[in-house]
Amino acid sequence: MDIAFVIEKFVLVAIIFGISLLIAMYSTYAERKVAAFLQDRLGPDRAGPFGILQPLADGVKMFMKEEIIPSNASKWLFMVGPGLAMLTACIGTAVIPWGSDITIGDRVIPLQVTDINVGILYIFGVVSLGVYGVMIGGWASNNKYSLLSAIRAASQNISYEIAMGLSIIALLLVTGTMSLKEIVEQQHGWHWNVLYQPLGFLIFMICAFAETNRAPFDLPECETELIGGYHTEYSSMKLGFYLFAEYINMFVSSAVMATLYFGGYNYPGMDWVLLHTGPIIGPLIGTFVFFIKIFAFIFFFMWVRWTIPRFRYDQLMHLGWKGLIPLAIANIIITGIVIAIIEKF
Amino acid sequence: MGTSVFYFVATLSVIFSLMVIFSKNPVHSVLYLIVTFFTFTVHYILLNAQFLAVVNFIVYMGAIMVLFLFVLMLLNLNKDNEPLKSGAVKIVGVIAGCCLVVTLVGSLKATAVSDPVILRNPNLGLLKNLGKELFGPFMLPFELSSILLLSAMVGAVLLTKKEKV
Repeated sequence: MDIAFVIEKFVLVAIIFGISLLIAMYSTYAERKVAAFLQDRLGPDRAGPFGILQPLADGVKMFMKEEIIPSNASKWLFMVGPGLAMLTACIGTAVIPWGSDITIGDRVIPLQVTDINVGILYIFGVVSLGVYGVMIGGWASNNKYSLLSAIRAASQNISYEIAMGLSIIALLLVTGTMSLKEIVEQQHGWHWNVLYQPLGFLIFMICAFAETNRAPFDLPECETELIGGYHTEYSSMKLGFYLFAEYINMFVSSAVMATLYFGGYNYPGMDWVLLHTGPIIGPLIGTFVFFIKIFAFIFFFMWVRWTIPRFRYDQLMHLGWKGLIPLAIANIIITGIVIAIIEKF
Repeated sequence: MGTSVFYFVATLSVIFSLMVIFSKNPVHSVLYLIVTFFTFTVHYILLNAQFLAVVNFIVYMGAIMVLFLFVLMLLNLNKDNEPLKSGAVKIVGVIAGCCLVVTLVGSLKATAVSDPVILRNPNLGLLKNLGKELFGPFMLPFELSSILLLSAMVGAVLLTKKEKV
């Protein structure tokens, strides 16, 4: 392991971390602008031109607020909760391929932190771990509403993880590999997986909404029933961490959906562009396209939030267990049969 | 380097598993158990069994322990509603514990110090090889265990149905 390799990975991790924080920051601004657009309002427009400095103002406000730890709360866990939420949100970015390899001189730099051969399972593991931040925070607050919210979050995540895992199995039948890099390479030239797995993609996307606690499945923070849900007792930057983690989760799940189903950094006419722009600019254009796909998904997340009302809790469970899981199993069986027939003839 | 990392992680496993039984609050116990499972995941990675590591991560840390935590939070156990234990139960507990310690120490003294594990085939734990093993020579036990799990699931569903009628 040479020093250049370590520096290269370190720089890559720092850049990805910075970009995810930046995107999460401006997602809060985008969310309010999108909400305003959909409701025919103006949205935030005071801080800077078009209100572009609003996230900074919000951040400063968060830092300046008084830090309150409830006297009956479990202090240590109360502080661990938001940190854990943030950590699990950030580590998912490690296996996502952000672009094809950059070649500088004779050194090939992959735009991916690590290409482990169980990449999809790693993402799945991180997703399943994400609920601990909410659960620990909700329990440690020693507040009945927070506790109810933590319990809701746990059962919701467990239920939708199953359907998500089953939809991934159907995808694996098509791709035959678990490495995210290979999955992206296979989709080169319009072989996007969404064309082969439309139902699987639909199931995966609905589950992604549920796993990131986004509307219409944001029952853990359902303010009409639970005040603020798991972060009722939180103030200052701890609350900020919880809100931030939600936006990072949204960014990561958008990136995962774009990678698995929408070709990642592939785009039409990619070979021609790569040939004419050289080995440094070409891959960066691919990364740019990848980010456009991610932003489209983030916009979709927001669009849904301001269009569809929140589900009732029993409706949520009904949809998960009786709707999505049988549908996902049927998808696996159909995919399996079709693949068997194609391979036979 | 491998052995020193192993001893470090193994010490952590032992410490955290001891914390599971020594912490008074059941929720803290479960959280320590989660950390213990995480150290097991590291052990699997040290043995180059990536698939097993990730599955241990997903199934134990991500699913089973969430359910444990879920049940404990639902019951909301604390000191107020803990059943009182009489003196006789405590004495019995101490005697039983001492017997267990004596047995453990005796059996540990009898066994020899084991050699460090040397993997005959270090790539066995990788996804492709593991899949070929499971669906090749171990096909029957693998399928049988899946039927076992299915019957347990059906049983659980039946139990809940019975209560409703």
